[in-house]
Amino acid sequence: MIVSTLAFYLFAAITVASAFMVISAKNPVHSVLYLILAFFNSAALFVLLGAEFLAMILVVVYVGAVAVLFLFVVMMLDINFAELRQGFLQYLPIGGLIGIILLIELILVVSGWALSPEAIQVAAQTTPTVSDKTNTEQLGQIIYTQYAYLFQAAGMILLVAMIGAIVLTHRQRPGVKKQVIADQVYRKPEEAMAVRKVEPGQGV
Amino acid sequence: MEIGLAHYLTVSAILLTLGIFGIFLNRKNVIVILMSVELMLLAVNINLVAFSSFLGDLVGQVFALFILTVAAGEAAIGLAILVVYFRNRGTIAVEDIHHMKG
Repeated sequence: MIVSTLAFYLFAAITVASAFMVISAKNPVHSVLYLILAFFNSAALFVLLGAEFLAMILVVVYVGAVAVLFLFVVMMLDINFAELRQGFLQYLPIGGLIGIILLIELILVVSGWALSPEAIQVAAQTTPTVSDKTNTEQLGQIIYTQYAYLFQAAGMILLVAMIGAIVLTHRQRPGVKKQVIADQVYRKPEEAMAVRKVEPGQGV
Repeated sequence: MEIGLAHYLTVSAILLTLGIFGIFLNRKNVIVILMSVELMLLAVNINLVAFSSFLGDLVGQVFALFILTVAAGEAAIGLAILVVYFRNRGTIAVEDIHHMKG
């Protein structure tokens, strides 16, 4: 019990600290690396909550795809980041004010909030939670049955996002030499080579 | 001390606040704004998973999975738009992006 408590505080503290570093780091590359740290630690929080499948998905999708995409873009674009940081402190008061107001509101909600016992029962009734199955198996059993259409819709969203990203960033540059397979296939030996009779001592 | 639902909700509230704070703090840098949006989505996911775990209801985790999907798509499209914009304009400063203002 004490171990899980300590683990929660450790992971939560690292998550919050690295989230703070994401928004305050000078170099965007460092921001992305702190973002990866935050994702890893929240995956650990998910494991503590018993959501192992989502934790692994978080590591694979966020760290493996999204964060690496961010890293690519940050390193690919030639941007003067020092220039973009000007006026950093100018927005600090208004941003801080809004953030603190929001945090106070959220803490009021979290602390002054109670769950009726019937709600827990109703929630537990709708999905069969059998404890001898793993989290992944349980999730799979409801995703592929009850939420199959939504799952397909999620797949369509990913497909549209992929096509959209490709269409947006793909460009045809003039003057670039490319392989044209059809031309290669239709090439005849007569066009490609010539047989010459070479006389001795004369050359071609 | 037992770790309850309120602990996880507090962590996610702090993360969400940091995400909003980051948007205001880095008003000129679109990349950091996108990262702040990712932080806010992560906070929402922690919220959903915490409720799902403490209520014994798996639907929260299903929903978190869909949010993860949308977040991945959003990051890909956002960064693609960013790359195209940088290719055309040579800058990504937010203040310069006002061509559709009319």
